[in-house]
Amino acid sequence: MAVIDSDDFVKALRDTGFDFFTGVPDTILGGIIEVLSDRRLYTPSVREDEAVAMAAGAFLGGKIPAVLMQNSGLGNALNVLMSLHLIYRIPCLLIVSWRGFEGKDAPEHLVMGQTMPQLMDAIRIPYRTPAPETLVDDLRWTARTFMDQRVPVALFLKKGVVKAIQP
Amino acid sequence: MQPEEGVMQSRAQAMHALFEILGDQPVIVCNGFPSREAQKIKDRAGNFYMIGSMGAAASIGVGLALAKPDQRVVVFDGDGNVLMGMGTLATIGALRPKNLTHVVFDNEVYGTTGNQPSYSRIVRLDHVAKAAGYATVERVWEREDIMYEFKDMLANDGPHFLLIKVNEQIEDADRVALDPADITKRFREAVGQG
Repeated sequence: MAVIDSDDFVKALRDTGFDFFTGVPDTILGGIIEVLSDRRLYTPSVREDEAVAMAAGAFLGGKIPAVLMQNSGLGNALNVLMSLHLIYRIPCLLIVSWRGFEGKDAPEHLVMGQTMPQLMDAIRIPYRTPAPETLVDDLRWTARTFMDQRVPVALFLKKGVVKAIQP
Repeated sequence: MQPEEGVMQSRAQAMHALFEILGDQPVIVCNGFPSREAQKIKDRAGNFYMIGSMGAAASIGVGLALAKPDQRVVVFDGDGNVLMGMGTLATIGALRPKNLTHVVFDNEVYGTTGNQPSYSRIVRLDHVAKAAGYATVERVWEREDIMYEFKDMLANDGPHFLLIKVNEQIEDADRVALDPADITKRFREAVGQG
């Protein structure tokens, strides 16, 4: 299974239509954030709830936003997703690193790593977990869901799917 | 901390003064009574009424200001809201969106939930904004000063922080009537994204 290059991942996002990027860093997302920053496409946030709210503002202003975050940040973002995006029908793409996948990570990641899919199911945010060979299809699905349902859509990125800065 | 002199307005009175000056600039209004009062005083398509996501008004404003660099964006915020999302003051100070005017109605209480005291009576939010790096920071409470400073801010590059000290009085105002999804639709049309 070939690893996706960060450049290619960003190109695929841009080709899908995403044109506003914010978030809070994670090691798994480091390469993507570096490419976005080099191209002056990335606006750093200080918290994940701020990031999703900023993305909502960008959507109100006509942008197609994506937010990058570690899955721990989903906890921070939850109230804004539930009481802003989901009820106001404001979509955004959540690119969430899947720390704690299959219990292999530091202790602080294990509970979220195990429960994240159920959490998303419970609040009805659709998600996919791309592999290099499914990415193009997953992004098509993302764009379709984004525009049709006008809800946040998540892509869970496991370690090693997109090339990190320090492998 | 009470203003040194002059008569404090209610938030609704202060809002009246601001709406007299506002043209077609979009306004993000924070949750709770501020949105209800704005709806009562001057309902307009360019008002984005928040009914939840406390603490997020300024971050929505930043996102809109970045997406619409040629449009002046206004945020109507409260002291409890600013304290909850205080990190966003750093984001604004760092990004310095020129087209953003951040108005904070500071009544030193959580007024929507029964006037529990907030820390803004101890911590000067205008000082925090200044330290964070807003281009302009003003602290006002009298009607003439509110109008003078707001007019000046809308005419010049920011980011601006207008702290309006208001009393605790709450306007008798109904809940936001529009469905949230309709607020989004109406607002996007108002800012040219329909």
